Amino acid sequence: MVRMTDVTKVYESSGTVALDGVDLSINEGEFVFLVGPSGSGKTTIMKLITGEIHASSGSITVNDFDMMRIKRRKLPKMRRTLGVIFQDYRLIENMSVYDNVAFAMRVVGASGKEISRRVPYVLELVGLEGREKRLPGELSGGEQQRVAIARALVNSPRMIVADEPTGNLDPVRSLELMLLFEKINEMGTTILVVTHEKELVNAFSKRVITIDGGHVISDGMDGYYSYEIE
Amino acid sequence: MRLSRGGYLIREGFRSITTHSFMSFASVTIIMACLIIMGSVSLLSVNIDALIKDLENQNEIVAFVDDSISDEDEARALESAVAAVENVSSVEFVTRDEAMDNFMSNYDDELMEGIDETVFRHRFIIHLTDIALMAQTKANLEAVTGIAKVKAHIEYANTFVTIRNIVSIVSLVLIVMLVFVSVFIMSNTIKLATFGRREEIAIMKMVGANNGFIRLPFVVEGLVLGMLGGGLAFVAEWGIYELLTGKLMGTLTGSFITVVPFSSVALTVLAFYMGTGILVGVFGGVNAIRNYLKV
Repeated sequence: MVRMTDVTKVYESSGTVALDGVDLSINEGEFVFLVGPSGSGKTTIMKLITGEIHASSGSITVNDFDMMRIKRRKLPKMRRTLGVIFQDYRLIENMSVYDNVAFAMRVVGASGKEISRRVPYVLELVGLEGREKRLPGELSGGEQQRVAIARALVNSPRMIVADEPTGNLDPVRSLELMLLFEKINEMGTTILVVTHEKELVNAFSKRVITIDGGHVISDGMDGYYSYEIE
Repeated sequence: MRLSRGGYLIREGFRSITTHSFMSFASVTIIMACLIIMGSVSLLSVNIDALIKDLENQNEIVAFVDDSISDEDEARALESAVAAVENVSSVEFVTRDEAMDNFMSNYDDELMEGIDETVFRHRFIIHLTDIALMAQTKANLEAVTGIAKVKAHIEYANTFVTIRNIVSIVSLVLIVMLVFVSVFIMSNTIKLATFGRREEIAIMKMVGANNGFIRLPFVVEGLVLGMLGGGLAFVAEWGIYELLTGKLMGTLTGSFITVVPFSSVALTVLAFYMGTGILVGVFGGVNAIRNYLKV
C-alpha cells in the first residue's frame, strides 16, 4: 500500500529539511493516524503520497506505483487509486453536491448509468441524502467535509488520505467524521488521517505514527497520541 | 475518450462561460476592442493604398504617333503594338481632331483661330500597371516603330511610389505593433480570467483528471469566446466603417477621394477577426492554465 524507505525531502527554494530518513509502511485495510506538531513533516508525507512533490532521496511505493520514477502522465492513474480529503474541503463552488461527487467519476470515464447508480449510494453512505442539489456554500462545514469524503470514496479507492480533515469542524462534528472514517475502514478501505488533534486520536484505538522534526519518533498500535505539541 | 465524456466536457466549456460570466464578458470585450483597433488601422491603410493607386492611375503617359503617319487608320493600327509593351494596362487612341478639340476646350477660341488640326498628332493615352516602372516602359514605348515621342511625368510617378512605400511601411509597422500589443492584452485578460480557477484545476488534478480532460472545457470556452469576440468586432467594425465613410463622403462630395466599400473587404475582415479571436481564445486559454497543470 504505502512503503517509505529512508525518505528525505529538502525544499530547494528554502533549504528546509522537511523529512530526514523516514521509514514507514501502511498495509492494506489499516486505519492510521499520522500525528505531530505544525512543521513536523506531516503534510510533506501526504504530498509525497499524492505525488504533489517528489522526495529528494529514498524510495516510496504507493499502491504499487514507484513514486520516485513515476512519469507525470502516469500521475492521474495513480491518484485514482487514492481518495484525498483536505482541511478546507476543496469543493468546486459552482457545482452542486451531486456534481462535485459525480465529477470524480467522470474524470475516470464512468458512464452516465454508473454515475447515477453510484453517486446517490455514496451520498447516502455519508449521510447527505436529500442535499444533492445544494451548492457547497449552502452547507455547513461538516456537511461540506462529508461531500469531500463522498467524492474521495466514489471511485472505490484503495486508500483514503485525509489532511487535517477536522481542522475546521467543532468537536462533535469531528467525532462524527471519525466515526464515518471508521465505518469506511470497516468496509475495507485503508485510511490515513493526518492530524494534530490529540483528543480525537486518543478517542480511537488505532495505529498512531508520530513525526517531529522530519523523523518518525513513535509508531504504536496502542492508539495513544502521547506527544506534547506545546 | 467516450462520446458521452466528450459531450460532458463540451457542455462544461459552455457552462463555464455562464458561471464565470463577468470574466467571459471581460474577455469578449477585450478581444473585440483589440480587433476593432487592429482592423480600423488596417482598413485605413487599405483606403490610403487604394487612394494612392487611384492617383497613380490618373498619371497617364502620352505616346505621339510619328508625323509621317497622318492616316487615322494607319495610326490606329499601332494600338496592338503599344498594348503589347510590358507594364501597359490600358491604351486609348486619340485622333488629332479629338486632341485639338480637347486642347481648344481649355483656351479662348479667339486665340486658337486659324490653327489647323494637322498641328496635332494622333496619339495614345496609356495607363500603366506599375508606375514604378514608368521610365523603363517609356523607353520601350519609344522603341515601337511609328511612335515618335513619349511624354511621361516620371518625377510625379517617383513621388507617388515613394509615398506609397512610406505608407506601406508605416502601416505594416503599426499593424505588427498593434497585433503584438493586442495579443499581449488579450492573453493577459484570459490569464486573469483563468487565475481564479487554479483551485478548481488543482481539485481536478487531485481526483485524477488528466491534462486533456482539464484542457478541453477551456478549449471550448476559448473557442466560443474568441468567436463571439471576433463576430461582435466584425459587426461593430462594419457599423463604424459605414458611419464614418458615409459622413466623410458627405463632406467630400465632388472631390476625387473615394473609399473602399466595406462589402469588398468584408470576407477578409471577417476571416481575420474570427481567426484571430479563435486563436487568441483557444491558445490564450490553454497557455494560461499550463502552469496550473504542473501539479
